[in-house]
Amino acid sequence: MKLLSRLIVSAIVLSASTSFAAGGNGPAFHVNIDMDNRASLQRGATLFVNRCLSCHSAEFSRYNRVADDLGIPQAVMEENMIFTGRKFGQTMTVAMTTENATEWFGAPPPDLSVKARARGADWIYSFLKGYYVSEDSPRGVDNLMLPGTAMPHVLWDLQGYQALKAIDHQDEHADSGHFATPASPFELVQEGKMTAVEYDRAMTDLVNYLVYMAEPAQLKRKSVGVGVLFFLAAFGVIAYFLKKEYWKDIH
Amino acid sequence: MSKEKQGILGWVDERLPVVEFWEAHLSKYYAPRNFNFWYFFGSLALLILVMQILTGIFLTMHYKPDAELAFASVEYIMRDVNWGWLIRYMHSTGASAFFVVVYMHMLRGLMYGSFKQPRELIWLFGVLIYVCLMAEAFMGYLLPWGQMSYWGAQVIVNLFGTIPVIGDQLALFIRGDYVVSDATLNRFFALHVIAVPIVLLGLVVAHIAALHTVGSNNPDGVEIKKNKGADGIPLDGIPFHPYYTVKDIVGVVVFLFLFSIVVFYFPEMNGYFLEHANFEPANPLATPEHIAPVWYFTPFYTVLRAIPNPFGGVVAMGAAVMILFFLPWIDKNKVKSIRYRSVLYKVNLAVFLVAFVWLGYLGMQGVTPMRSEMALRMSELYFLFFVVLGVYSTNRSAFYYIKWFVIIIGIISAYDVYRSNAEIAALVWQTWLVPVAFLVVALLGAAFTNLDQDKTVPERVTE
Repeated sequence: MKLLSRLIVSAIVLSASTSFAAGGNGPAFHVNIDMDNRASLQRGATLFVNRCLSCHSAEFSRYNRVADDLGIPQAVMEENMIFTGRKFGQTMTVAMTTENATEWFGAPPPDLSVKARARGADWIYSFLKGYYVSEDSPRGVDNLMLPGTAMPHVLWDLQGYQALKAIDHQDEHADSGHFATPASPFELVQEGKMTAVEYDRAMTDLVNYLVYMAEPAQLKRKSVGVGVLFFLAAFGVIAYFLKKEYWKDIH
Repeated sequence: MSKEKQGILGWVDERLPVVEFWEAHLSKYYAPRNFNFWYFFGSLALLILVMQILTGIFLTMHYKPDAELAFASVEYIMRDVNWGWLIRYMHSTGASAFFVVVYMHMLRGLMYGSFKQPRELIWLFGVLIYVCLMAEAFMGYLLPWGQMSYWGAQVIVNLFGTIPVIGDQLALFIRGDYVVSDATLNRFFALHVIAVPIVLLGLVVAHIAALHTVGSNNPDGVEIKKNKGADGIPLDGIPFHPYYTVKDIVGVVVFLFLFSIVVFYFPEMNGYFLEHANFEPANPLATPEHIAPVWYFTPFYTVLRAIPNPFGGVVAMGAAVMILFFLPWIDKNKVKSIRYRSVLYKVNLAVFLVAFVWLGYLGMQGVTPMRSEMALRMSELYFLFFVVLGVYSTNRSAFYYIKWFVIIIGIISAYDVYRSNAEIAALVWQTWLVPVAFLVVALLGAAFTNLDQDKTVPERVTE
């Protein structure tokens, strides 16, 4: 029975560490998320309010919470980061109405508050890097992660335009859908303001921020957890010796 | 009551038997001295029940059971309510932890024969608790009003629609609408926060009252009440308090340590405890590509999918749960504990556990022809566990085992012939070997070897 209990305990521990494989095309690129990199989060927030927040809302996220968590002074945020006429303590909504959005894009752009938890950081990172020139698309660009997306390539001035590398048609049937290879499936056809490395870094900052915004509590959660675990460990030692003391009579 | 009692306790005790209650259930409730690891899970289940109720109360203070507001109110709890994230994660992790603990608790009952005479009622109340827990978890999962909440509920309620004649009306009655909607959310909220918890608490009281009437089983499956000292106290019994209270505190702390690791560092548990798609608000117009239930339902979900006919699947899934009620009357072997059961009994239980875990795994995966086949084979093994358990109730003649071997293989093969077609024939007959190999070991092994012999149960508990 000891063996069985050990097996079960180790199975539980193992299942905690194995990842949940999702079906379909996996994200093309991997991004390293770092919640301790405050500078990156601040740069990401700047990019977010400048580049995303004009169309995408983050209606569960409050400006003052972001300022507090990321160490941005109130005056700096009010002057440089609130463009929507909202107050410091309010949530990040957009001015664009649902009617206008539907007319312009076919559907209102989704709220981004918890998007990083729904899609995962790698997916968003790959999406942001996934635009390529496509003659078939009404917007002239399509996205590898979300084919037929209604969203234009709003960061084109930073990244430039890229095209899908010509696929060797003989190989196409052999392994279709294998984009997760280290080599990029794209080649740059028009340069932007940023080099490829700079763009990757900027997108890492942005995704980092989106991951933070999806769960602001994670900054606090992990530090509170340390205290709780230390307390339980110490209490566990006391509880163990208490039990031992009482059970002396039994054996 | 010869002695006059003093003080506040004396005053209360004359009016309410608190001392008697304390003694009957704690300080003079004699539990076997040889409880092992598996005996922590009962008290842990109680702990989680209390935790779920407490965190649930605080969640209802901020949650809004309204299709327009529900998703936002959960995010409000996560962001704007002080320590709301902790309360919510404790509740969501608690749901999964509840099932982990209850599955371990049930496995303990299986291993040590805790469902057998005279503990049938304890087992029955236990299975009822499990069924209530499933209802509670299912309805609670709708409340965050994410995509998986919505579509999961849609799929499960539609199952009731497959029942002939009354199905459509029944599904309509449950939803209160033609699709899962605001009306459904509102009633699921009412059922989740008040109706089912009340039933659950009542059943837990009955479960423990029945346990304290007949006394606890133990890893040796020996009735400690059969060996009493001159003072009328079981020789192998020790007072629950303080011995098992101090021991359970250790179990509680270890549990809380593991629980906290999840709450503080892996609250989503890679999508097992909080599914990623549930962070998209419910959208009745967009069906997710892959609707998977939360992990604790997946074994039964696979049984459901193993039968192509929808109503047949529902019946099979229902039977997979309901068969647990009959366990005390299926396994009538006098030997309770696995320690003294035969080798083949151990094989049967091990295969059952593998089948259950495999069913759970398959329930999280998309469907492929191979997986569908394995879903059916694992479902067969799941049910065969109970059949073999019944067969092992007493020592039988070789003819008896062979007879059942032929009958069961006949039934399985007949179903395979019926469902097989040119496309899947190869798969069908390859995987046919799975139940057959099991039955060769379990039944022919019993007929032609002495691996089906139980051991002698000792008089007293061992260390």
